[in-house]
Amino acid sequence: MADKTELQYTAEHEWVLVDGDTVTVGITAYAADKLGDVVFVELPAVGSDVAGGSVVGEIESTKSVGELFAPVTGTVAETNDAVVDSPELVNSDPFGAGWLIKVTYAELPPLLSYAEYSALVGE
Amino acid sequence: MSQPFTQRHIGTDADAQSRMLAILGYDSVDALVNAAVPGSIQVDQFRVLGDSTLPPAATEREAIAELRTLADRNTVKRSMIGQGYYDTVTPAVIKRNVFENPSWYTAYTPYQPEISQGRLEALINFQTMIADLTGLSTANASMLDESTAVVEGMLLTRRASKSKSNRFIVDADALPQTKALLANRAAALGIDLVEIALADVSTGGAGQVATGAATVADLGEHFGIFVQYPGASGRVWNPAAVIAAAQAQGALTVVAADLLALTLITSPGELGADVAVGTSQRFGVPMGFGGPHAGYMAVRQGLERQLPGRLVGVSVDAVGHPAYRLSLQVREQHIRRDKATSNICTAQVLLAVMAGMYAVYHGPDGLKTIARQVHERAGQLVVALLAAGADVVTATFFDTVRVSSPGRAAEIVAAAADGGVNLHLVDADTIGISVDETTTLADLALVVGAFGGRESFGLVNFSMVEAGLPPELHRTSEFLTHPVFNTHRSETSMMRYLKRLADYDYALDRGMIPLGSCTMKLNAATEMEAVSWPEFGGLHPFAPRADVEGYLELVRQIETWLSDVTGYDSVSLQPNAGSQGELAGLLAIRGYHLSNGDAERLVCLIPSSAHGTNAASAVLAGMKVVVVACDELGNVDLDDLRAKIAVHADNLAALMITYPSTHGVYEHEVGAICRAVHDAGGQVYVDGANLNALLGFARYGDFGGDVSHLNLHKTFCIPHGGGGPGVGPVAAKAHLAPFLPGHPLAQSDEHYLLGAGGGAGVGAGAGSGDGSGGTIVHAGGPVSAAPYGSPSILPISWAYVRMMGAEGLKEATGAAVLAANYVAKRLDAHFPVLYSGDNGLVAHECILDLRPLTEATGVTVDDVAKRLVDYGFHAPTMSFPVSGTLMIEPTESEDLGEIDRFVEAMIAIKAEADAVASGRWPADDNPLHNAPHTAQSVIEGEWTHAYDRETAVYPVRSLIRGKYWPPVRRIDNAFGDRNLVCACPPPEAFE
Repeated sequence: MADKTELQYTAEHEWVLVDGDTVTVGITAYAADKLGDVVFVELPAVGSDVAGGSVVGEIESTKSVGELFAPVTGTVAETNDAVVDSPELVNSDPFGAGWLIKVTYAELPPLLSYAEYSALVGE
Repeated sequence: MSQPFTQRHIGTDADAQSRMLAILGYDSVDALVNAAVPGSIQVDQFRVLGDSTLPPAATEREAIAELRTLADRNTVKRSMIGQGYYDTVTPAVIKRNVFENPSWYTAYTPYQPEISQGRLEALINFQTMIADLTGLSTANASMLDESTAVVEGMLLTRRASKSKSNRFIVDADALPQTKALLANRAAALGIDLVEIALADVSTGGAGQVATGAATVADLGEHFGIFVQYPGASGRVWNPAAVIAAAQAQGALTVVAADLLALTLITSPGELGADVAVGTSQRFGVPMGFGGPHAGYMAVRQGLERQLPGRLVGVSVDAVGHPAYRLSLQVREQHIRRDKATSNICTAQVLLAVMAGMYAVYHGPDGLKTIARQVHERAGQLVVALLAAGADVVTATFFDTVRVSSPGRAAEIVAAAADGGVNLHLVDADTIGISVDETTTLADLALVVGAFGGRESFGLVNFSMVEAGLPPELHRTSEFLTHPVFNTHRSETSMMRYLKRLADYDYALDRGMIPLGSCTMKLNAATEMEAVSWPEFGGLHPFAPRADVEGYLELVRQIETWLSDVTGYDSVSLQPNAGSQGELAGLLAIRGYHLSNGDAERLVCLIPSSAHGTNAASAVLAGMKVVVVACDELGNVDLDDLRAKIAVHADNLAALMITYPSTHGVYEHEVGAICRAVHDAGGQVYVDGANLNALLGFARYGDFGGDVSHLNLHKTFCIPHGGGGPGVGPVAAKAHLAPFLPGHPLAQSDEHYLLGAGGGAGVGAGAGSGDGSGGTIVHAGGPVSAAPYGSPSILPISWAYVRMMGAEGLKEATGAAVLAANYVAKRLDAHFPVLYSGDNGLVAHECILDLRPLTEATGVTVDDVAKRLVDYGFHAPTMSFPVSGTLMIEPTESEDLGEIDRFVEAMIAIKAEADAVASGRWPADDNPLHNAPHTAQSVIEGEWTHAYDRETAVYPVRSLIRGKYWPPVRRIDNAFGDRNLVCACPPPEAFE
């Protein structure tokens, strides 16, 4: 599991781990908790181009649907097959095995720090 | 002199009401309601008191006698019209134990699966039957009818296809009502329909030349294709090549298939289809002049998440036992709103249960025998017609053939009708004839007689009958192999199976179902009486007008009465569910704007508190949803509304608002809201879901509504049937009436239009307030397969209004509002009531806020809902419209004893939650957390819990003699959605 304080965040309750020209993206524990038991995730195709801020996938629980936003503009480098097979990983390990996609990008938009995100969700 | 029906329908008597009023501090029910309903919208502002056109209340006996008179004006002839509706034998054991059994028909949609295992099993039988017969992997738990199912199929292919095309290809040999529905629905969404004679294209026939389609492989670009199998003409042909060609260019295929034929011919799945749709009517459900019946839809593997409507799946309960529940609910409109797979919610559960049980009773061999007999009878018909010199043009057939008789078709159809048989007049030169389970040789003799072959019939050599099915399409695959379809052959076994399933469930025959926004009121026995009369059940929806005069009069009276009580000018009974009523109303608004040249008016404002169906319906009407915020009191935020109107003024089509609001409150500002919309050129759609709080006190049409749908299955006593049938009439002001749904095959296109008395100047009749208004043609496109939707259940609502009269309806409203306010008052100290309106009063329902309790104790809405089962109650509505709350609607039909029993259960449960908070019981081992408790859970093994067994299952002493035992523990929702299984599990699973 990544160190939450080292990650960056979006207002859409996603976390972003920057590693060179690639970001790893998942949803936060707060978002996973609000969604409830995740039963299905739909992720974009590897190799597809995504625009920052656009909806590129869905995270379904038994009672609601969350949208997956691309935090950066770029190309989907990898998707987490394990989470497609075992969607409960989003609940059990949102910052680790429950990661969703990796995107290669050229430019990083402004993101929230851990402190800023914590303030946003009131924790 | 019998007691007035009003006193049977309303549960609280004068004594009880005065005790309830005392607690609320009001002198009379009228005073209470007048304090709750804003004075500016009350009916006496708009019409003279006592000006109702409703006849004075009839007694139960009088109502039945009047219905008898109406029924006698219908003529039930042998129907050989076909076109998707066939006479059938309802097994008496199913009629008595399901159709006429309140344990089945008074249940609600199985959102509380622990207390719904019986009908969930019945529905999974239905799904298994559909999946088996169609050769596809997953079927849903019913559609509204075949034609709407085809429309849903079209929409599914548009969602799931990778094709960028906007074209959908329609089989020229499709049912005419299906074509009309497709045209109406496609137009709203800008889908380009192309009709092609697919059978001819496939075989190189005449249609190929006519359409210019060179080959099957060259149908042009399209996202989906629809094949009727067998064709509406009766023709049986192999669509495999058409299906393959469509798929080769990225399209998905929808096949509408006849279930009885599928026992003998190759299934759509085996032919490569992606989606199969149709109706299960001929599996033991009376034609009923068009409905209700259960439509169906099945899809191949990989398309499950695209299914519209409800889907039953298998999960496990808290101790690992298999248990049924509704799966993948996030597809649906109540969660996904404008992004839902469909707007349908209530489907046709009762009828799906009947059709599934027809298959359980007959089994695969029995169904095949029935199909073979039907097919053989059709073969006999052909031989006899040929012997009479008739020109039978259908070479390959299952049960339907067409006969060419240039210029004589009408004459022959008339001659057959004189003899007591209705045939299908296709055109001036062509007659269609369909055989069904009930057709006898005597019927064939009558038909052949109409062709002038009365003498030759006696000489027909029936040994000459040849099979009409193409050998290449003979079905070889097995179906209905599950034991449930191979066990209940004796009536004793069937009766006990139905009883066992019914006993699993909690319906109104056990106790109160206080579901907010659902209006689970009495479905009186007298109201049900006429539904199974053959004069209402035995009529084909396209029977000649002369045969259905009683029905047309019934329809006219209901249209008149519903107009009167809602303040509208005209009503269409065609929509066969509330969702379809919404769609019809929005399409009427759309039609009106288009007629004014306002094509750009496409924005539909919807408050954030609205039911998700509103948004889903708006999308299907081609509109764009813009959400309006609600304020902290739960009312529409007027500032936000005005801001949104200002932004979208030129494009404003409508506002959809529910009244009283989904928060169960009479919004004070509704008049201002309506004016703001009208001032900007928009129309006001008032969702009638909560009409039970208004009848007799205020009318939508008076305070600004232009159009509404009503839920006859809520306010007007049609039972919920465990999740359908519903009826969702759409009522409109005169300026929208011309755009209400019409139907190309309707016996009469004239509908009641209130005269000038209603304030509108359109129509032929002069308004005099006596209900003798004029008539108007509803010229919009159809929204249901049948012209009058689901007419066979209309006698229920007719009887209700007839027996209540205007005064009785008003009394019912008063009793309902009184009950809700009484519950709110008594429970407020234990669970805060979230919203209230004028004078701190609620309407006919109240929302209890459990979020503070959850915060303080960890006890959730689910815990309270499931614990209510242990106390012998059906839970209130959970987390709608506000997450973390319970919404309670007691209705007028519950007596004070039952209401108090519920209130005391809720108070006791609150005390239990407090015991968890105080640490007396651990958060993860207490009666709430572990609810519901089965008998097994308190008997088996050592009892190690922190509370005792009596607390678990007998928290109240009165339960000892009358206990409802849930068959399963709390069901694991996530497991069911992650491991989707939507067919009958093997019996070993339950061992």
